[in-house]
Amino acid sequence: MEFLISLQTLDSTVRLSTPLLLAALAGLYSERSGVFDIGLEGKMLGAAFAAGAAAAVWHSAWAGLAAGIGVSVLLALVHGFASITAKGNQIVSGVAINFVAAGLTALLGQSWFSQGGRTPQLKMEERFGEITLPGSQMLADIPLLGPVYSELISGHSLLAYVAFLAVPFTWWVLFRTRFGLRLRAVGENPAAVDTAGISVVWARYRAVIVCGILCGIAGTYLSIGVSAGFVKDMTAGKGFIALAALIFAKWKPINVMLACLLFGYLEAVGIRMQGRELPLIGEVPVQFIQALPYILTVILLAGFIGKAIPPKAGGVAYVKER
Amino acid sequence: MNNELPKWVDYGLMPLINLTIAFAVAGLVVLLVGENPFEAAYLLVRGAFGFGEGIGFTLFYATNFIFTGLAVAVAIHCGLFNIGCEGQAYIGGLGVAFACLAFDAYLPWYVIFPMAVIGAAIFGAAWAFIPAWLQATRGSHVVITTIMFNFISSAVMVYLLVEVLKPAASMAPETRTFTDAGRLPKLDWLMEMFGSSLGGAPFNISFFVALVACYLVWLLIWRTKLGYELRTMGTNPEAAIYAGIPQTRTIVIAMLISGGLAGMMALNPIMGDQARLNIDFPAGAGFVGIAVALMGRNHPVGIIFAAILFGMLYQGGAELSFDMPSISRDMIVVIQGLVILFAGALEHVFRPTLMRIFVRGDN
Repeated sequence: MEFLISLQTLDSTVRLSTPLLLAALAGLYSERSGVFDIGLEGKMLGAAFAAGAAAAVWHSAWAGLAAGIGVSVLLALVHGFASITAKGNQIVSGVAINFVAAGLTALLGQSWFSQGGRTPQLKMEERFGEITLPGSQMLADIPLLGPVYSELISGHSLLAYVAFLAVPFTWWVLFRTRFGLRLRAVGENPAAVDTAGISVVWARYRAVIVCGILCGIAGTYLSIGVSAGFVKDMTAGKGFIALAALIFAKWKPINVMLACLLFGYLEAVGIRMQGRELPLIGEVPVQFIQALPYILTVILLAGFIGKAIPPKAGGVAYVKER
Repeated sequence: MNNELPKWVDYGLMPLINLTIAFAVAGLVVLLVGENPFEAAYLLVRGAFGFGEGIGFTLFYATNFIFTGLAVAVAIHCGLFNIGCEGQAYIGGLGVAFACLAFDAYLPWYVIFPMAVIGAAIFGAAWAFIPAWLQATRGSHVVITTIMFNFISSAVMVYLLVEVLKPAASMAPETRTFTDAGRLPKLDWLMEMFGSSLGGAPFNISFFVALVACYLVWLLIWRTKLGYELRTMGTNPEAAIYAGIPQTRTIVIAMLISGGLAGMMALNPIMGDQARLNIDFPAGAGFVGIAVALMGRNHPVGIIFAAILFGMLYQGGAELSFDMPSISRDMIVVIQGLVILFAGALEHVFRPTLMRIFVRGDN
């Protein structure tokens, strides 16, 4: 029973929700600007591979981060070109990117490194390893707050802190800056933005690039933050859980964080649940816990817990009036 | 004003251009891993069509893709994008397995066979029902719900196979192996007619079921009232509602047919090859269906050709990875993605140019 609220479970909740959070925030920028993105998974995977490979070749975590972001932005621009400039189907484009990334990372991984699709094992200094926050040793003895600070808050990868700081930052950008206002406007009513003399295309491209950057960090976190290298298909559906979290959060930054923490928590509990019993309910199949984020999202989409209303102009390319 | 391209351009030239570009990019990837793309292409085609067993495997894979391609296409005609074929096929496997497990001790294969077909279709359709119903009545986007249902289906199937369907003595998460009554006859006689032999390839009579399904889908879409309603709903939902076409009913029926077709794919690997239900047997065939439908322009004839093309990639890709170890089977997934990108998302890129060449003097 205590495994449900133990510090260990909560600690791995933070670990597991970090990539979800980064990817979901990435999707937030893109979808708020009217570009639907089911290619979060592919961008993350591409970034994870690029980061793992670059960090192994150049022996630097920062080179890994740069490569991860670079590849992810490149894929985001392909999606942007298909859905903004070529006015293609955004869903189809997202599906395509997922497959290209899944295939290419496995293929190149095998042919470059010949380790069954893995990239070489990284040393500690080639990764974004755990950071011990100042004072965590000193404060560890204080009851309750001490362990929470030293075990839960301290001791994560730099990129995890970036992820959680990105939440208030995203809120500020979207709701308190001119860029954010325009971004939300092109997602709701692009014609009005166009009438005001602002470029819809450029606003959407910028949103898509931001989406690429954040997915890049998410992938980098997976391969050189929490692990010591890339493993074939290492995102394993995280991009889709992030998408579910984004919808579950109704496209709002703070809610996105809460949804990602919830889904991360479910995953952490699922790992520890194997064969254990819950009070009153008895043994719950671990597969049920794994499927819960998806089930919850479907129930939400069905409108049984509030209503998830996507950005109005989402999924539609803007065609200038002539 | 004439807005349409000639049919042969729309259905012939355009897919050819898209395909050529997709393969050109794939060729660049082959160069990137340090192999000769032309040699790779030669090995791939030889592996797929060079000998009887290769052809048998190519057509075996193609059978899967015809089913899933048709499934995606029927939904697209109604304006719905069914990404959930993978999950519907997976659940459809239950229908096949239940028919075989229940009756393979008492009945011959030709009695079990129709039951398996119907069972697969019913289970596949049932799995598509909730997303369909939610889309039709509550406006939940079918793309997102079917993605979610793919993941849910995989959790459900793992649970069922590990906890319920696995024989007690076995470790592997799969059902018991069916008796011979749970296997479909292979089409070795068909190959022998052409003076070749099937070898170990599991090419079986589900191929004919797939061809019949193609004909029925053609009949449905272009020769029935329901098909007309479906296409109207897909082209212009507002006009369809104004014309008195019931929206909920049409969407739900389209998705049920789509899910049923996806489910029927399970027939081929389960009864035609493995003679048991195992983990992840669709192995991505549901997603290949998306590429096949886009490539085949949602027409049954186009889908057959596209399915054989992808069957060739699957079989030839496996052979290729033996001859050129640096090109693993993942290359197929890359090509699949590129085809979806160029034949699907970027299809409009070349249209204006083609319009300028083939449709003149009208604007």
